[in-house]
Order: sequence, then structure tokens, then C-alpha cells
Amino acid sequence: MTQARFARVLAHLVLIIGALISLFPFYWMIVMATNTTGDIFQFPPKLTFGSHLLGNIRNVLHNIDFFGSFLNTLLVAVVTTALVLFFDSLAAFTFAKYDFPGKRVLFIILLATFMVPSQLSTVPLFVLMAHIGWVGSLPALIVPGAVNAFGIFWMRQYIQGAVHDDLLDAGRLDGCNFFRLYRQVAIPVLRPALAFLGIFTFVTVWNDYLWPLVVLVNPHRLTLQVALSQLNGLYNTDYSMVMAGTLMATVPLILVFLLGARQFIANLAAGAIKA
Amino acid sequence: MATTSTTTPTTLTGTGRQTGRRPSTGGRFRRYLPLYLSISPFYIIFAIFGLFPIGYSLYLSFHSWDGIGPMKFVGLAEFRYLVSDTQFWLSVKNTVEIWIISTIPMLFLALVIAVILNSSIRFKTAYRIAFFIPNVSSLVAMAIVFGSIFANNFGLLNGLLQALGLSQVQWLNDPWGIKIAIAVMVIWQWTGYNAIIYLAGLQAIPTDLFEAAKVDGANVVQTFFRVTVPMLRPIILFTVITSTIGGMQIFTQSQVLVGNTGGPGGAGMTMVLYLYQQAFTKNDFGYGAAIGWGLFIILLLFSIINWRVVQRTGK
Repeated sequence: MTQARFARVLAHLVLIIGALISLFPFYWMIVMATNTTGDIFQFPPKLTFGSHLLGNIRNVLHNIDFFGSFLNTLLVAVVTTALVLFFDSLAAFTFAKYDFPGKRVLFIILLATFMVPSQLSTVPLFVLMAHIGWVGSLPALIVPGAVNAFGIFWMRQYIQGAVHDDLLDAGRLDGCNFFRLYRQVAIPVLRPALAFLGIFTFVTVWNDYLWPLVVLVNPHRLTLQVALSQLNGLYNTDYSMVMAGTLMATVPLILVFLLGARQFIANLAAGAIKA
Repeated sequence: MATTSTTTPTTLTGTGRQTGRRPSTGGRFRRYLPLYLSISPFYIIFAIFGLFPIGYSLYLSFHSWDGIGPMKFVGLAEFRYLVSDTQFWLSVKNTVEIWIISTIPMLFLALVIAVILNSSIRFKTAYRIAFFIPNVSSLVAMAIVFGSIFANNFGLLNGLLQALGLSQVQWLNDPWGIKIAIAVMVIWQWTGYNAIIYLAGLQAIPTDLFEAAKVDGANVVQTFFRVTVPMLRPIILFTVITSTIGGMQIFTQSQVLVGNTGGPGGAGMTMVLYLYQQAFTKNDFGYGAAIGWGLFIILLLFSIINWRVVQRTGK
């Protein structure tokens, strides 16, 4: 074997081992979800798929309001994502392509908000939500995250390169006002960026845990992550059932990611390099 | 992504253009109004749900309050208690330890993976997707899965140790066992993300630099340390800073794995978990707010240290 060929085999070996480690917890989750708890905790543990998935899922549905929390999570994630895409792209378009008094200061304020850890305001935000009667409600999850500085900053970088001034000038000559320029000139060019920001936001909201745990004190309105943690805490012994729940909560997320994976990964890297 | 402001030289003037003659005041108002309207949602929402709570948290931290009864002004008592609270300092120590034992292996592995992926190798996209999937999976779900892997007596890892003829480890009863379990989760989740960031950085390095090193007779290791690492320095610092901010805010893994108490000896008690425990399970809102400020100051200190490192190595 030549040295170059040996290096290539070694490289693939490292990557394959890494990929297997990355994917193994998902495999193990499916193994547990399809077996009985007894099968998993025997020695040696069973490492292949079983046939108890439906029974385990039935147990999950019996113990927590899975569909209720699933719909809550979906609603929060979809609405938040839609709002973020609209508000962030609109603000980013303005910051990237227009001059107006106070722009510099306003943009610095926007960047400065990156520096504040969200945990600093968790306690007072909860008190505020209690005052306006939003504790236990979905607006408490949606509204504070409806627009964010990261998305505006990232979109602005993208728009500066992707939306050409000539196109905007042509639009102006045709009599387009600001909002029509945004909608008919900018938006069509921004599809890839919107796809990235959309998946990113959806995944982040879907997985959020601390804030929903704090603010959703009403047990009838949980998100999936909070419901899962309750399932885990209450029925610690029935791992298979808990795993069936985690599997059902994870699959939609992985599907959303895989749909746009190429696009997503390319944009993620591009954003980091510019930043 | 709380770091971009420290690492980015941003052009704030942008490419905006002024068209036509200077309009009258009424015309100016009409022209600028849509612009201010379009950026206003961020500032309105930030003012209500970001800025106001920050101010209010300062107010709260000067009070003793259980969230229901009357608030009692206590001056600096919460902060005095904070600096003498051994539980708080334990949570700081735990957080820093978990951060160190997760970040160093994570960034090293990410760099190795990125360098390999940057060579002419097949199936790049498939590898990248495989490495990135842990990053988009649910933290709660994965903390439960890792809980079963690290479980004390019948966990998968202990099964493996036993099969190899080694003795079992009581992972979730041992202070370092808990920290290692949390660190492994962090490494598992974030290595692929950092590898992709490094890969993008590597692809931006001009290839003639590598060719020049080859001509000069540098071997793989020399090229790595003399060309790759120096050229990647800004990107490496970016990942160090994001990992620091993420690491200081670890909560979910601990809470799901060992519960609100932080497990035996409080070994899994992180700063954010301590804040959550004091404020929301013990209903001590004033102290919770004070812990929030402690967290903020520690994060700030780490940011300044990072910044100093950036300045120094930049020379």
C-alpha cells in the first residue's frame, strides 16, 4: 500500500469512527424505544431493534398529553419562526441598504444586546409575565423571541452581498416604494438565507428548555421538552417508554434539519467566517 | 452568538444611498418613516422583554421576595450573601471545570476532523451531515439518552466496561463521573458544529501557502502547526469565545441528568442550575436576581480575558 493510499484509509477510518459516535446515541434511542426495559437492562444489553415500539408509544400517550404538547411546541416554533423571518429580514434590509439619522447608534445598540446573557433576565421576566397574566401561556414563549439581534445581524451581512443596488434603483424607477422593494426585489433573492435562519430558529425554539420550564407552570400547556423531562422524572424506571417519547420528540426535528441540511451547513459556515 | 460584536469590524455606514435633492422636513419624515417602522419591532420587544427586565433585576436583587408576599428592601444583603455562599462558588467551580474538560478535547477533535475533511476525500457532505446532526437534536432528549448510557449499575457504558473485564464506575454518584458525563454530552453535541466552522476557515486559506510549505520541505505536523493553526487563529478564537459563553450557561444537561440538586455532592450544580434552583424551586426571587448578576459579571470577566488573549496573540 502506498503512503498516500494509507493516509486516505486512515482519514476515512477516523471520520467513520467519528460519524458512528455522532449517530450512536440516536441508534441506541431507537433500540431502547423498540424493546422492553427488561431487555435493555439485562447483561449483556440487547443492541438490536425489538418489536415493542407501539406498546411503548401507547404508554407514553397514556402518561403524558403527548399530542397536546407536540401541538403547543409546533405552534410556538412555527409562529416564532414566521415572525423572526419577517421582522429580521425587514430590519436587516433597512440596515443594509438605507441611510437614516441615528442608524449607527441604533446598530451599535443592536450589537450590544448580544453581550447580555438571557439568564440575567429570567427572574424579572417571569415576574413581568406574571404581572401581565401571561404565565402558563404560549405568548410568553413566542413574543420575547419574535425578533432577534443575531438574525438581523446575520441577514444584514447576507443582504449586503446578495441584493444589488442596481436592482433596487431599477425598482425605484418603476415606482416601487420601500415595502414593495423589500417584498418584490429583496425577498426573492433572500430565499437561501431565509431557509437557513428559518431552520436555525425552528430548531432553537423547538429545543428551548429553561424558559418554558420556568414560565409554563400550568400543567395543561407544556412544550415537548418540558413534557419529556416530566416523563423522565416521574417514570424513571420505564426507560423504554421514556425513549419512545424522546424518539417521537426528536424525529420531526431531524426531518426538518435533513430537508435543508446542505443549505443549512453551507450558510452556517459562511456566517461564522464573516463574523 | 453573543460574541460577534467583539470579533467583527463592522462597517456601519453600509451601502445605503441618498437619492435626489434634499427633501423638506415633511418629505424627510415621510421618507424615513417606513425605515424606522421596519426596525422598530426589535427595539420595542427588546425594551419590554430585555431592557426592562435587566433594570428590574437590579431592583429585585436589593430585595428579599418570595414572589407572593411583600417585598422587603435589604440593600446589599443579597450580594453580601452571594460572595460568601459556598454553594454559589461550588457552582462556579463546577461550571469552569466542566467547561475546561469539554472545550479542550472538543476544539481539538473539531480541528482534526476539519483538516481531514479539507483534504481531497470522498463523501464530504455525508460526513458533515452526520457530524452536525447531534447539534440539532433536542438537549432534553439526548440528556435522557446519555443518562441511560452513564447509568450507575446497568448503564450501557458499565456493560461495556464489564464486557472488557474492567470494573464498573458509579458515573452518576461520583463528582468527576457526573462532570465527565456532562462534558461528554457537550463534546458530542458541539464537535461537529466547530468542525464545520473550522472547515470554512480552512477553505479560506490560500492554497499556495500550503504549496510553499511543501516546497520548503515541511511535513504534515509542521504544516499543521506553522501554517494551518496560525492562519486559523481568528476562527479558533471565535470558537473559543462562543464555547466559553455556551459553557458558562450549561443548564439542561445537568438538570435532566442529576436533577435540581445537582446530584451527589452537588457535583453537577452549574451556575444557571443554581439560579434556577434558588429562584424557582425555593422561590427566592431576590437572591435569584443577585445570582443572575453574579453570572453576568463572571461572563464579563471571561469575555475580557478572551479579549486580552485576542489582542496579545494578534501581535
